[in-house]
Amino acid sequence: MTDTVQTRHVPDRLQGRAARLLKSWEALLLGVAIAIFVINSFASPYFLSAWNLSDATFNFTEKAMIAFAMALLIISGEIDLSVASIIALASTAMGLAVQHGAGTPELVVIGLTVGLLCGAFNGFFVTVLGLPSIVVTIGTMSLFRGISYIILGDDAFRGYPASFAWFGQGYIYWVFTVEMLFFVVIALVYGVLLHKTNFGRAVYAIGNNPTGALFSGIRVARVKFILFLLTGVMSGIAAICLTSRLGSTRPSIATGMELEVVTMVVLGGVNILGGSGTIPGVVIAAFVMGLVTFGFGLLNVPGIVMSIFIGLLLIGVIALPRLWAMVAARRKS
Amino acid sequence: MTRFIPLREAILAGAIFALLMMIATRFAGFVAPSNLANVFNDTAPLIILALGQMVVILTRCIDLSVAANLALTGMAVAMINVAMPGLPIPVILAIAITLGAIMGAINGILVWKLAIPPIVVTLGTMTIFRGIIFLISDGKWVNAHEMSPAFTGFARTVLLGLPVLSWIAILTVVIFGIMMARTPFGRSIFAVGGNPHAAVYTGINVGKTQFWAFVVSGALAGLTGYLWVARYAVAYVDIAGGFELEVVAACVIGGISIAGGIGSVGGAVLGALFLGVVKNALPVVNISPFWQLAISGSAILIAVAFNARSGRTKGRIILKSAETAQ
Repeated sequence: MTDTVQTRHVPDRLQGRAARLLKSWEALLLGVAIAIFVINSFASPYFLSAWNLSDATFNFTEKAMIAFAMALLIISGEIDLSVASIIALASTAMGLAVQHGAGTPELVVIGLTVGLLCGAFNGFFVTVLGLPSIVVTIGTMSLFRGISYIILGDDAFRGYPASFAWFGQGYIYWVFTVEMLFFVVIALVYGVLLHKTNFGRAVYAIGNNPTGALFSGIRVARVKFILFLLTGVMSGIAAICLTSRLGSTRPSIATGMELEVVTMVVLGGVNILGGSGTIPGVVIAAFVMGLVTFGFGLLNVPGIVMSIFIGLLLIGVIALPRLWAMVAARRKS
Repeated sequence: MTRFIPLREAILAGAIFALLMMIATRFAGFVAPSNLANVFNDTAPLIILALGQMVVILTRCIDLSVAANLALTGMAVAMINVAMPGLPIPVILAIAITLGAIMGAINGILVWKLAIPPIVVTLGTMTIFRGIIFLISDGKWVNAHEMSPAFTGFARTVLLGLPVLSWIAILTVVIFGIMMARTPFGRSIFAVGGNPHAAVYTGINVGKTQFWAFVVSGALAGLTGYLWVARYAVAYVDIAGGFELEVVAACVIGGISIAGGIGSVGGAVLGALFLGVVKNALPVVNISPFWQLAISGSAILIAVAFNARSGRTKGRIILKSAETAQ
């Protein structure tokens, strides 16, 4: 199914060898993931331990939850740069509720509701007012985090109930964390949603040709609005997990995470211009990024240097196939 | 169409004036000429960067790497100054502008030759540039006492009642006013953003124009990098963190359409001044500076909604039949 969509959308000069390369993107990515795994296990003696690997999954599970919804959004031709700020706002709202004696169930409801409302806010501006999603979400990126700063200043919320720790620190069985369970369930839900339902077909159709989708009876604005809602809710879930794991809320929580989420989606083979991409690709990309950050962490590479690598990855992943296509085209002529 | 642009600027100028009057009722000293000069000087970096960003946005691109470019150039010239305190200021200025332009050119090449969406390119280079600051500085600060007096003094030297920093901003505004209205480059920027297909048929290389727009934006970011570090007399990894959003906000508030092709130098300057006045007024009227982020976010949303509305009426006049067909 994705093959037909992809070949339709790929520009002329990417045909031939490059097109085949793009088709096997997931296979290539899987190879990279395995290679990184092997390199890491040679580079550090601490890598191949069940508990260390279990800890390593925290590097990507929260980001990946958002990345799945973001993948659908980007396939439909939109983007949401406010996800990290939604986390900040949802986390601040939960912290505020704790100060007023809220228990774990209330906190979960609050986190999800704030995420949903933020998504609806973005969706309203994009689909009802018809504004470009890049500008709207750059605006809400400041607005949502700005509200957290107004509420918290340079303070922090602490004192989350002990049972709330389950989401970010709990284990289902042996080394398998609660977040891993969330990751697997959410990946399955989005995989089915995108690849096996009419809704998923509609997302591809909108990304390839919004006008054509409209004329074939798809409610383009409604689908996009739902995608913004989903991204908001996923950010709410990520906020619950992250807040539970850290046990405190500062307004600077999850700063810059939107970049890592977008990188994960693009690395997973989703076309940034919309129209193509798969959930399995994003799953493998999540593992690649998680393994790389964890490997660097074991080798004592500081976080900001890892961010150079993520920036290079983001550009390189898009640039390399295009460079390859240019070289291939030149060789032919 | 020309009727809309002055109107929008008049509204913005009116809003700034009303804002100043409101502040004056609470605190009259705010509108004293000396304080207004201070506010202008404080807003000067934002004005310079907003002009560079304007050129990029007009060509249907966006440059989110300006703040990181500023910080990296600032750190680089600060370290050069520590290593060679005798280096004259014109040389420092040339180095800063060149370094910034090179970083802009990297963005431009990726957008032009590889056709990567500008938002992806500049999100990537934004983190790369910040990371490089950490690599070259080892995470350390360059403090005031390590810099030479000439290096830090330049931006603050007062000429004819205004600091050099303000004069550079004024000079940039004048140059951009002439460049956008009176040179082939300025006109081609509007052409590329207004209608890329038509621009190609009139013999304009769209990708190349976008490339030069990024170089201009980068060069101005580099220049501001030196001025910033000189003014605050400190350089570290996180200077001007998140400033790129304020720059984009200034442009959007100033009526520059994110879809490209529509905007003016006056709009960008007024957008920057609006944010500058708000920022400086917050402590005066006893509002916590933590409100700044939410205010610029709301301003972006209001401005973009307002701009889209005036743009829509214009489209209707030109494409009446297509509009009814929908």
